[in-house]
Amino acid sequence: MSVQSVLETNKQSGRGTLVGYFPAGYPTVEDSIAAFVALAQNGCDILEVGVPYSDPVMDGLVIQKATEKALENGFKLSQLFEVIRGVREQVDTPMLVMSYYNPVLRYGVERFADELKQAGAQGMITPDLIPDEASKWLESADKHDLDRVFLVAPSSSDERVSANTKASRGFVYSVSTMGITGERAEVDKLAREVAGRVSSIGSAPTCVGVGVSTGAQVRDVNTFADGAIVGTALIAAYESNGLDGLIEKTRELASGLG
Amino acid sequence: MSQKLGEQVGPYFGQYGGRFVPEPLIAALDQLSQVYEAARKDPKFQEELAELHRTYTGRPSIITEAQRFAAVTGGLRVFLKREDLNHTGSHKINNVMGQALLAKRMGKKRIIAETGAGQHGVASATAAAYFGLDCVVYMGEVDTERQALNVARMKLLGAEVVAVKTGSRTLKDAINEALRDWVANVETTHYLLGTVAGPHPFPTMVRDFHSIIGKESKEQMLELTGELPAAVAACVGGGSNAIGIFHAFLDDPDVQLWGFEAAGDGIDTPMHAATLSRGVPGVLHGAMSYMLQDEDGQTSESHSISAGLDYPGVGPEHSWLKDLGRAQYHGVTDSEAMEAMKLLSQTEGIIPAIETAHALAGIPHLAKILPAGASVLVNLSGRGDKDMETAGRYFGLLGA
Repeated sequence: MSVQSVLETNKQSGRGTLVGYFPAGYPTVEDSIAAFVALAQNGCDILEVGVPYSDPVMDGLVIQKATEKALENGFKLSQLFEVIRGVREQVDTPMLVMSYYNPVLRYGVERFADELKQAGAQGMITPDLIPDEASKWLESADKHDLDRVFLVAPSSSDERVSANTKASRGFVYSVSTMGITGERAEVDKLAREVAGRVSSIGSAPTCVGVGVSTGAQVRDVNTFADGAIVGTALIAAYESNGLDGLIEKTRELASGLG
Repeated sequence: MSQKLGEQVGPYFGQYGGRFVPEPLIAALDQLSQVYEAARKDPKFQEELAELHRTYTGRPSIITEAQRFAAVTGGLRVFLKREDLNHTGSHKINNVMGQALLAKRMGKKRIIAETGAGQHGVASATAAAYFGLDCVVYMGEVDTERQALNVARMKLLGAEVVAVKTGSRTLKDAINEALRDWVANVETTHYLLGTVAGPHPFPTMVRDFHSIIGKESKEQMLELTGELPAAVAACVGGGSNAIGIFHAFLDDPDVQLWGFEAAGDGIDTPMHAATLSRGVPGVLHGAMSYMLQDEDGQTSESHSISAGLDYPGVGPEHSWLKDLGRAQYHGVTDSEAMEAMKLLSQTEGIIPAIETAHALAGIPHLAKILPAGASVLVNLSGRGDKDMETAGRYFGLLGA
């Protein structure tokens, strides 16, 4: 099933959508495969597969530490595809890779897209690649029919909201607040405004991320957007209580769905 | 290509440059580009900056001919552009005063900066004190230890210094942390980036603020020798002092341009920071440029005895100049740089920063290429006071 059709189906049914982030290779390749399967089996509708990177400027401390750990444990980019295949063998849940640009560029954008498709992923979220700089990726994503998810932020001008939305396929990543990833007590009211601006363009659904960490917030976000993205809270739960902690947290988040 | 090299502006320098940053920062970069473009054309801004340089920075900086140094390094004529005599002790103040004025224009009351050796952090803290701005300086934990005196200077100037404890805990990670702060506080905060790297407009803007070094030097050299130098030399980390002195000479093809990078233990070892000699193009900190990375696109850790050159990236304009063959880049090891530091100290009574010593260590190399007696202009980008602990340990000078 495609990302967009999951979002549309869940919207029509009134369920809403939960997108779960976890780093590939954290703490090991095998563990991360088990974690993604657990996310899928306990309420996540879309999986966001993070690529560990040495310089993650959009991420808060929890994700930084987790991805650093994966790299310390020897994660190689080729193992990303191993993780995707391993998950795909067990569940049908759509998968989007989340990668900073340089690992993709170094691997070869076209080669990366080709292998992503073959491994069974649906597309990629690019936190530090804006459409203006993305000509190679746009071309390869089209060639391999992959989703390309760009960010829109509270600070984005109307022109940029429109351009980034039109360049996106799958969904548009609405950044809920001006800041990096991490748990926040309240999802910023800016989130509603950003998601509204994306929705008014009307060409792609939008999911809201950054700061979303509870079932109540997942419920709230799904009243004004097409889905909620959670990362840090899942990693924190995994760190404190392993796979059981991750499952418990995923269920708590999914309790916010209809 | 009919356009002059010196007229090139961002966002792109050939295939290099651009804006590879998260979307939340784009609005701030757009605003900065607009404000900078307006300021660049505004005679009032230029006058204000020139006045600051005259009455506060201490410009124009003088040129000293280093005759005793030249005599033992191959017989060239060596001219030192004395950026070490600027207020705060390095070229960094040129850019900082320019950007602080821009921050004022944008109505931003808080500046953040990254620093490696601490020179840019000190310059930023200085400008913040002068203009009455809040200032936070991000510095890798490793660097706060090896540059403890500069930490104290920044604090005395009223800045907050944050030790960055993630990644390699050096300059690269300090930039990451500054970018994270900027994402969260972009409406009130200006990121006062200290080198010619980063997303557009920083490489162009920071270059412009430092291009005064080359402009002054060119006139001074013509006055002193009646001709242009045969070569211009500078050390290259991120590349700001090098671009600053190169820029005025880009369209003088008879003037060779030489950048000396930190080769650490040697460019054939893993312990170096010779980005242009040993790197490959990639994206780091918002720009496409040469960088040190592994086969997976993970940034490699750099190594240099000099904290200011210990950076695995370099400004995009240098990458462009390298590919064009207009500038040449050469590695200098830790030990060559330290010997050059000692040599200049003992032949000229000028203690250079270890960063700067890399350019001085390149002189014997140039002496092999250039005719005897040819003139070389060296950017003496900073003074070595901050490096006394490192030098003291290296040469065994501590204690009576």
